[in-house]
Amino acid sequence: MTVPELDRELEAVYQRPDALTDSNTHYCPGCTHGIAHRLIAEVVDEMGIREKMVGVASVGCSVFAYNYFDIDFVQAPHGRAPAMATGVKRVLPDRFVITYQGDGDMASIGMAEIVHAAARGENITTIFINNTNYGMTGGQMAPTTLPGQKTTSSPNGRDVETAGYPIRASEMLAKLDGASYIARRSLHDPKNIRLAKKAIRTAFEVQKRGLGFSMVELLSICPTNWGMTPRQSLQWLEEKMIPYYQLGDYKVNPAVAEIKI
Amino acid sequence: MAKQLLKGNIAVAEAAIRAGVQAYFGYPITPQTELLEWMSARMPEEGRAFVQAESELAAINMVYGAACTGRRVMTSSSSPGMSLMMEGISYMAGTEVPAVLVDVMRGGPGLGNIQPSQSDYNQIVHGGGHGDFHMIVLAPCSVQEAVDMTVLAFDLAEKYRSLVTVLMDGSLGQMMEAAELPPMQPLKKEFPEWAVDGVPGRERRLLTSIYMDAPAEEVTNMRLLNRWNKIRENEIRYKQYFLDDAEYAIVGFGSAGRIALSAVRQLRAQGVKIGLLRPITVSPFPMEAVETLGKRMKGMLVVEMNSGQMLDDVILATHGSVPVEFYGRTGGVVPLPDEIVNAVQRMIAGPVATSGHPRDRWIKYMSFIN
Repeated sequence: MTVPELDRELEAVYQRPDALTDSNTHYCPGCTHGIAHRLIAEVVDEMGIREKMVGVASVGCSVFAYNYFDIDFVQAPHGRAPAMATGVKRVLPDRFVITYQGDGDMASIGMAEIVHAAARGENITTIFINNTNYGMTGGQMAPTTLPGQKTTSSPNGRDVETAGYPIRASEMLAKLDGASYIARRSLHDPKNIRLAKKAIRTAFEVQKRGLGFSMVELLSICPTNWGMTPRQSLQWLEEKMIPYYQLGDYKVNPAVAEIKI
Repeated sequence: MAKQLLKGNIAVAEAAIRAGVQAYFGYPITPQTELLEWMSARMPEEGRAFVQAESELAAINMVYGAACTGRRVMTSSSSPGMSLMMEGISYMAGTEVPAVLVDVMRGGPGLGNIQPSQSDYNQIVHGGGHGDFHMIVLAPCSVQEAVDMTVLAFDLAEKYRSLVTVLMDGSLGQMMEAAELPPMQPLKKEFPEWAVDGVPGRERRLLTSIYMDAPAEEVTNMRLLNRWNKIRENEIRYKQYFLDDAEYAIVGFGSAGRIALSAVRQLRAQGVKIGLLRPITVSPFPMEAVETLGKRMKGMLVVEMNSGQMLDDVILATHGSVPVEFYGRTGGVVPLPDEIVNAVQRMIAGPVATSGHPRDRWIKYMSFIN
């Protein structure tokens, strides 16, 4: 039996989504950015929107997100992705526009831009990666760093007396009338990964229906900067992050609740 | 189209609409705000995009996003707002996307005031954020010129994938003058091959200003600089008044240039052989024209509504071939023609300074202000 014949007999059950490019990753071993990318790409494939889409990359580890998506992309200054996405969406209202932002980018330097994009009900979708630190610059304290968590700029652990408290972005943005769908999911095990994908699909359906701002926060790990193995990191996420950043839907407008995935 | 009595800010806004601007993003700041207000009413009327952003930082990045789609797009602000826009300006330059900016300058530094000024010359002409790049900067001196240059700005921006700033001051933005608006252009239907606009059936497109590979960034910088050289070859604009038989010349741009023209007329009436060179593109600066002029003058006076920011470019252009003096008012104070007449008369009376900087002589003269 020759190899081509073998190919014909086998059914492909798992392959690279069309919306991902065939390229090597620059993300560290164990990093969950790759999972987040894949989930987005699978949803894009399923909805058939790959060629009607503009992605906005941010600054941080995901600055190179555009290398992995076979999708039109622009790359924003630090924190400004929601403003750039607004610019794109307002002139091309029928395209899918997403931002992919980390916690330092979105919840610190870009807090004004994300708050106002949500408040305006900008019909864009934000994928928010929360791994409690600035990954790209080597693991400094982020607005999401947990109390007591050691980082390279909080070497004795985050002291809330001087460095304040972590920001729960999903809870905060959910208070805005312009936000239609805000959910927090986690990427630490297969069940939660499936739920995360469903939330991303819901967010994209919200945009498709013109229902306003949607965001999915994804709790993620950063083994390199946390100084842990990937397995330890997943455990740390489950034991330390989820109690502080509880999973769930923080905003589901009535029109969104009717969407069946 | 007949002339109408138009306020500068509104005339620029309507000119941009007629030039086919498809999206406007801005933030209120005096003395520019009427431009934003006009856009807020007219852009939706034309079915185009208008957003009042949460800050100038957001506004310029909205412009950045919209510019990446290859559509005509603009923002406007005033000095402190322009300072906030420097980030986006640098990114857009690095990404090579065109856009039009309007800066209606006011007194500074800091919050300063809301009076007319030209103190953004350095930040717009020599600055514009981090990195190696230049913007085209057009400096009108009347409402009509502001209208014409707004239209020109969109054409130049697209032609060179460049940022173009229309550099006005508070008086030009606020005053009303008779001006003729351009005819309404249809919106663009064809978009450049680099436009990131989510269109099916082609390879994906990417626009970014990041080049992690240093040699690749250097290649990009050289491409920008070569393009800038083409702009220098093709687009330098300036206006000359009474210079044919002149022995002395004033150099001034925008409102200061216009006030200087009144001074030139007064001096001509007194028999002084003086003329005016008014740069219209302050970037690229008309180096050769100023150099050539300097060679045949007995003296040159630079007049600005700042402490001599363009003066440095005039000194560079003339490189010691002619005595240069300076007269300026700062902080939102507008010079009167008589003050400029006096400055010219002092220059002619001499003695010609053989050392020191014209700015230092001016500071000494201005010692009555403290």
